[in-house]
Amino acid sequence: MKLSSGTVRMIIPAVSLAVLLSAVFYMQPRAMSYTGLNLLFNLAVPIALATIAQMLIMAVNDLDLSMGTFVSFAACVTATFLQSSPFVGLLILIGAIAVYAAMGVIIYLRELPSIVVTLGMSFVWAGLAVLLLPSPGGSAPDWARALMTSKPPVVPMAIVASVVIAAVTHFLVMRSSFGVLIRGVGGNSRSVERAGWSVIGIRAATYALAGLFAVLAGIALVGLTTAADANIALRYTLLSIAGVILGGGEFVGGRVSPVGAVIGALTLTLAGSFLSFMRISPDWQIGAQGAILIVVLGLRLFLNRLEKREKNR
Amino acid sequence: MTIKKMLLASIAVACAAIPVSASAETADKKIALSNNYAGNSWRQAMLTSWDKITKEAVSKGIVAAADPFTTAENQATEQAAQIQNLILQGYDAIVINAASPTALNGAVKEACDAGITVVSFDGIVTEPCAWRIAVDFKAMGESQIDYLAKKMPDGGNLLEIRGLAGVSVDDEIHAGIQAGVEKNSKFKLVGSVNGDWAQDVAQRAVAGILPSLPEVAAVVTQGGDGYGAAQAFAAANRPTPTIVMGNREDELVWWKQQKDASGYETMSVSIAPGVSTLAFWVAQQILDGKDVKKDLVVPFLRIDQENLEANLENTEKGGVANVEYSLEDAQKVIGAAM
Repeated sequence: MKLSSGTVRMIIPAVSLAVLLSAVFYMQPRAMSYTGLNLLFNLAVPIALATIAQMLIMAVNDLDLSMGTFVSFAACVTATFLQSSPFVGLLILIGAIAVYAAMGVIIYLRELPSIVVTLGMSFVWAGLAVLLLPSPGGSAPDWARALMTSKPPVVPMAIVASVVIAAVTHFLVMRSSFGVLIRGVGGNSRSVERAGWSVIGIRAATYALAGLFAVLAGIALVGLTTAADANIALRYTLLSIAGVILGGGEFVGGRVSPVGAVIGALTLTLAGSFLSFMRISPDWQIGAQGAILIVVLGLRLFLNRLEKREKNR
Repeated sequence: MTIKKMLLASIAVACAAIPVSASAETADKKIALSNNYAGNSWRQAMLTSWDKITKEAVSKGIVAAADPFTTAENQATEQAAQIQNLILQGYDAIVINAASPTALNGAVKEACDAGITVVSFDGIVTEPCAWRIAVDFKAMGESQIDYLAKKMPDGGNLLEIRGLAGVSVDDEIHAGIQAGVEKNSKFKLVGSVNGDWAQDVAQRAVAGILPSLPEVAAVVTQGGDGYGAAQAFAAANRPTPTIVMGNREDELVWWKQQKDASGYETMSVSIAPGVSTLAFWVAQQILDGKDVKKDLVVPFLRIDQENLEANLENTEKGGVANVEYSLEDAQKVIGAAM
């Protein structure tokens, strides 16, 4: 029996998650419970949403370096305006999503490198976040708090949320015709254009969708932390990129996998817990985190090559 | 060997599982330190103090374990994940120096719901279920003016060096200094600069404002900026005013030199990094079943003309003057809050 390249892409992230999870369960049997799983994974929910947002940007061959500051900004809006005057808060968030759409258009029209534009925007978002919350504070809207601390029967919230995110985005990106167009722009934008589609429109919609998921990440994060500060999610920029790659995505070519991205985000979160359970000194933890990434990526590269060799035969 | 170890471990677990009688004991309790940053001399001293005091407590059998955990990056989300991991690891109490006063509240609430005692210090958290060991920074600012009022009954012009803008500690010390000046109307604040708690920044800032100032009688500071201010005054060829110091080693050394050369008088005040050990003992007391108020105030460490030499001797090169707290100190602080 031969595995298709798609299946291999899917299997590696899932296997690495399973291996890490069993290692964590072995070291800390307490984690093998409803509350345990929730504690392990609830902070992965906003990371998964941010990873999906990053994945959409990467699907059209761009890279978003402002993800962390944008999620921080969305978190600050959630903890201030969305909580006190929901209508104004909603308007601000919709405005922010519109800015994302405009960013997608400008990058395409002016043929600018997305890295430069988003890096510049990251300072704008960071500044706005500091303006909103000069010192840490605010409070989570009750509905966000209720959603993130809900206790569904049998399966903990973190797992339910991850499955829902994976299922919805899988349908959106892999099954809907809009998803085909997004990936088409990443794969070969000229042929999409020749087929009569507006690449500008598709890119604007993709960026807007990414903005929407990043906003959701901010809301989910505040729902977990109960309050925000302007630097709350700075790590998400790198985490989201790493999550997409871990999950079998590629930087170019429109090759992405939403289910893989969610699994990648879960794996990254779990890697942190794993290292903490191992009692690795903090001086080594960043290095160890990098080592885990390298091992998983190396494994993927190895399998990719194997797969290519089989194809050539 | 391993079987023996396993046996011992299972006996230990069995012992732990037996409900203890009414007299509360903490010998089987585990306390963890969740720290967000280790990148400066103050934090290093804080971790060293924790290590020293808790190792002793563990070897005496007061608690079963007291492990420090520091996050690799100074990020609230990372520390929240760390706290959730500590909950899973089954610690009975978590002592926190928090990256953010609010962004950890969700994780702290999870810990409280799991029946874990949470004590925050220095970087405190606002979640109501946690204990807070805060420094009365306002009183720290006021004490500087009180000292100056005693030393200079006629008053004079003051230069204020503030800390990092936008940080709550800076606001509080500043408020204390303002309150002190209002009380002692003979003093007048003639200038204010941000020194960011760093000698080089303070020196630049003071050098910049000095030409526009009349004679300055005293400089009120926030710590980590006194030596820089002294250098700026010397470079401008102006008489050295009374500069309040902040317990840093370079500041104390400079003070000692001036004291020996010309009988220079001042005082020095800051928060001791050993406050981590106070938090440890407070957590131990709460686990022991003691009734402890949620908000405690830690005394700040003050150095005066008489005890300068003694404190300087105990301060490491490039470090900060420190005290480690004992169980009795903690009981005193708890008692004072009652």
